[in-house]
Amino acid sequence: MSGALPISVLPPQAAAGEPDSLLTLRAAPQTHVTVRGLSKSFAGKPLYTNFNLDLPRARIVSIFGPNGCGKSTLMNMIAGLVPLDAGEILFDGKSLKDTKIGYVFQNYRDALFPWITAWDNIAYPLRRGGMKEADVRARVEALVKLFEIRFDLQRYPYELSGGQMQTVCIMRSMATEPEVLFLDEPFSALDFEMTLFIRAKLQEAHLATGTTMVIVSHDLEDAVFLADRILLLTRRPTRIAELVSFEMARPRLPEAVADPEFVRVKAHTLEVFRREMNA
Amino acid sequence: MIGVPLGVMLGSSEAAYRSVEFLIDFFRSTPSSALIPLFLLIFGITDINKIAIASFGAMLIVLFNSAYGVMNAKKTRVMAAQIMGVSKWHVFKDVMLMESLAQTFVGLRSAVSMALVIVIVAEMFIGSENGLGHRIIDAQQVFNVKEMYCSILVTGALGYLLNLLFLLIEKKLIHWSGKA
Repeated sequence: MSGALPISVLPPQAAAGEPDSLLTLRAAPQTHVTVRGLSKSFAGKPLYTNFNLDLPRARIVSIFGPNGCGKSTLMNMIAGLVPLDAGEILFDGKSLKDTKIGYVFQNYRDALFPWITAWDNIAYPLRRGGMKEADVRARVEALVKLFEIRFDLQRYPYELSGGQMQTVCIMRSMATEPEVLFLDEPFSALDFEMTLFIRAKLQEAHLATGTTMVIVSHDLEDAVFLADRILLLTRRPTRIAELVSFEMARPRLPEAVADPEFVRVKAHTLEVFRREMNA
Repeated sequence: MIGVPLGVMLGSSEAAYRSVEFLIDFFRSTPSSALIPLFLLIFGITDINKIAIASFGAMLIVLFNSAYGVMNAKKTRVMAAQIMGVSKWHVFKDVMLMESLAQTFVGLRSAVSMALVIVIVAEMFIGSENGLGHRIIDAQQVFNVKEMYCSILVTGALGYLLNLLFLLIEKKLIHWSGKA
């Protein structure tokens, strides 16, 4: 992949005769999330100007880039936590309020509700969504089975370890069967053992549900390991530097970090990152 | 004698909860003891007077603390609830209100102490028929030092016990404080 960006990132050129409006740019096939004309400034300084992006369905995309390039901001704008200055973001043509999403925060301690048990935390979005109690129980039990939970979910969150808390967060975010799952640096507050654990669990969940996932990471290995595509951003004003494909078979075991394909992709990603870092 | 301050405490918490409005409303609260003459004018020399002043003073404290507690609710937690698509009312009830409880209880305990102070002071100077404050000032006036010290100690013990009571309630209710 030389200078030209791969198809799955940029929307294809409008066919001849079609009006050249930004919003009518057709999305590449297999696209789930379309970002068109996104603009965002902070304190008068532009961060994103007319930014376009297609996120593929049922794939895990990592967002990676130099400091201040707006990785978290981009994801938060797509997730609706940060308002856009201009542009449109659609999920299969639907707007955010018609779409079920999940979000996993970096700070799991502050994301969970300590006044109710871990089990009730997972059930919370279901109950608030009006689900009948029997269905809620069934759904949570299904998640417990999927994640092979061995610790006591009847405990309060603050009685659990960091990795357990983050697992509960992931379960809670997946409880409503979201179309897209956003994860903001999910491993940065975890020790390595827990990182391996969560990596495995996330992969299993992804394989089982086919949920489109977007992960922001400031760790290169984390960004590459789980991803199908690694979205590399430039410094501000932020554009797409490259979308690196990583097609290694799943599930990827911890040993994969020694695999030549992983090493190659990671090295290439690093090269692009450093190029952008020094730009 | 002892029942009156207790009733005052409970009364003031009820009033505070009912009037709890989480607005950013910073107004200067004049020292409640300075308001005693005003309340005298309004209520006269009755027991209701004491309850009124103490309730008012206590309510202010609880209000401040509750509002402060809500404003300082952990933003991540609020965002987590919002992004789960929960209605605004539920975000308030399930997250902000719960988050503010710890701070509210701090306010309650301060308010309890404050109310006790006001009641004792009021009893001393309004001229009530009974009450600890009355006993203290009476004893002082006739130089009955033993009686005076005794009453003061009882007052202190009362304050301590009330504080302890609220502390225990808080520990039972807010099991997560300091841990999350």
